[in-house]
Amino acid sequence: MARPNKSVLTGAPSEANWTKCLSCAAVLRKKTLEETTGVCPECGHHHKITAWQRLDMLSDAGSFKEWDRNLVSEDPLGFGQEYLDKLAKDRAKTKLTDAVLTGCCTLDGRALAIGIMDFRFRGGSMGSVVGERISRLLERAVERRIPSVVVTSSGGARMQEGMLSLMQMARTSAAVRKVNEAGLPYITILTDPTTAGVAASFASLGDVVLAEPKAIIGFSGARVIEQTIRQKLPPGFQTSEFYLKKGFIDQVVPRAEMRQTLSLILSMLCAGLDASKNKRSEGGQPS
Amino acid sequence: MSTILEVEKPLLELEDKIRELREVDLTGQVDLSAEIRQLERKAKLLKASIYENLSGWDRVQIARHAARPTTIDYLENIFTDFTELHGDRLLGDDPAIVAGLARIEGRACIVFGHQKGKETKENLARNFGMPNPEGFRKACRLMRMAERFGLSIVSFIDTPGAYPGIVAEERGQFEAIASSIMLMTGIRAPIVTVVIGEGGSGGALGIAVGDRVLMLENSVYSVISPEGCATILWRDVTKAKQAANSLGLTSERLKELSLVDQILPEPLGGAHRDPGETYETVKKAITRNLNDLSRCTPTQLIEERYQKYRTMGRFRELDASDLD
Repeated sequence: MARPNKSVLTGAPSEANWTKCLSCAAVLRKKTLEETTGVCPECGHHHKITAWQRLDMLSDAGSFKEWDRNLVSEDPLGFGQEYLDKLAKDRAKTKLTDAVLTGCCTLDGRALAIGIMDFRFRGGSMGSVVGERISRLLERAVERRIPSVVVTSSGGARMQEGMLSLMQMARTSAAVRKVNEAGLPYITILTDPTTAGVAASFASLGDVVLAEPKAIIGFSGARVIEQTIRQKLPPGFQTSEFYLKKGFIDQVVPRAEMRQTLSLILSMLCAGLDASKNKRSEGGQPS
Repeated sequence: MSTILEVEKPLLELEDKIRELREVDLTGQVDLSAEIRQLERKAKLLKASIYENLSGWDRVQIARHAARPTTIDYLENIFTDFTELHGDRLLGDDPAIVAGLARIEGRACIVFGHQKGKETKENLARNFGMPNPEGFRKACRLMRMAERFGLSIVSFIDTPGAYPGIVAEERGQFEAIASSIMLMTGIRAPIVTVVIGEGGSGGALGIAVGDRVLMLENSVYSVISPEGCATILWRDVTKAKQAANSLGLTSERLKELSLVDQILPEPLGGAHRDPGETYETVKKAITRNLNDLSRCTPTQLIEERYQKYRTMGRFRELDASDLD
């Protein structure tokens, strides 16, 4: 019952070197799409990309150190071998050990804690491992007094972990509060899709919330809403542009400009942090 | 929705039979007292075995039972001086979450909870207990007030989930829930939460982060409705029963996983069979827990709350050598 995989790499190639844009159907060289990090040069559609591609885009080359790769999901409710097989398949496919990649890196020389979700791993669903990694990431940001950035892409909680998944919303939100209290910037970048349990926890709690163009964002899925109200949803409903207008997102930023925008925002939000660090390194007493 | 569970049918048939025999017995023409006693013994055993072996799906039916006590029933029966407070001060008032000031055993509290209706008209007015963002924001406003004035917080959980509607999404349902959850993780006031019926996913958790999370025995609390789970996993809503039994949504399972702190026993057959007894149980449990929590400083409270949620989760930590 696996959902159709819409990743760039398996987009509908009739030939090994070619693919089609999932939005405008333009025939594109795979290499071109790699160079634009998944953005269609014809229509500007932002295809989903892997956590690894995203990491290259948002960090200085070679600066990344992965955290908590050894945490792996179990089958706590006994959903069975089929679920365990899917986990194994997704691990092989993504070279990730769960739906979020976390670690530390530098961006334009600035140290930061970074978390990047990958939709290819069980639809980016949040179970205990995702909750634990995001929380540890935020706790380490507090210990090291560095800013944190989380890129989200998730359909919500992982059903197969039942209530253990739901509680990750509380676990991660509590960790965001620790970051807030420590006076450290926390920035979230919402990519397609960011819905349900992830949208309703750490994704929307950023000091600054950025989003990629036309990402689907929201709490309830479009199908559920349509079934409830028995009418079609208006076009553009629950997109980043929609939530920008409604006041829930700070900026919609095209992928090509994301690195620069993020770096600029961090440089200003960290002004106080940088000043106190400089003071300390000039021989002042650490507070 | 049927008010009788499938598993209860043999018991109810037996009870009907006993009633018939009694009527015959009363005519004085035949002495049936021995038969009646025997059937009554049988009924007692049957009752115990039925209610000891309720499945997840049976529990869902009890938790959704139309006659099950709701938040307002608890407010009226275990609190005094309930004074309703309305509105989120931003946009409106959400009737799906009822909130206000009240006293329990003399202690002033901020109280709020999801409110379902008992019949269709009331359900429509209450939106079936499914909150809009305004409901969560009202709860947040009152929690800040509790913190400011040193009051305790009690919340009651009984919702199918947050409302999946156009306007709810437009007004930032996801942000309202996230903000409420985060506020609850750090509010400097004791919080006792009681799951009294249906704990429906994020719409429940949005007002259910607490120092003590109590759960009535036959309540359910789930990451997704059994119907939703069946539709997504197996594309077949008729498999809801199977989903209910797989999702681990019962009080016993959640206690085992350390996701709830205490289970509150219900009268046999469910809270609606003897509301008075249920109120007494819930009242004692809330009072006892608030008394315990009143010994902690606000700083201790939020640190212990953090540690409690920090340990929620099940995963494996592999040795580095096991990694690819």
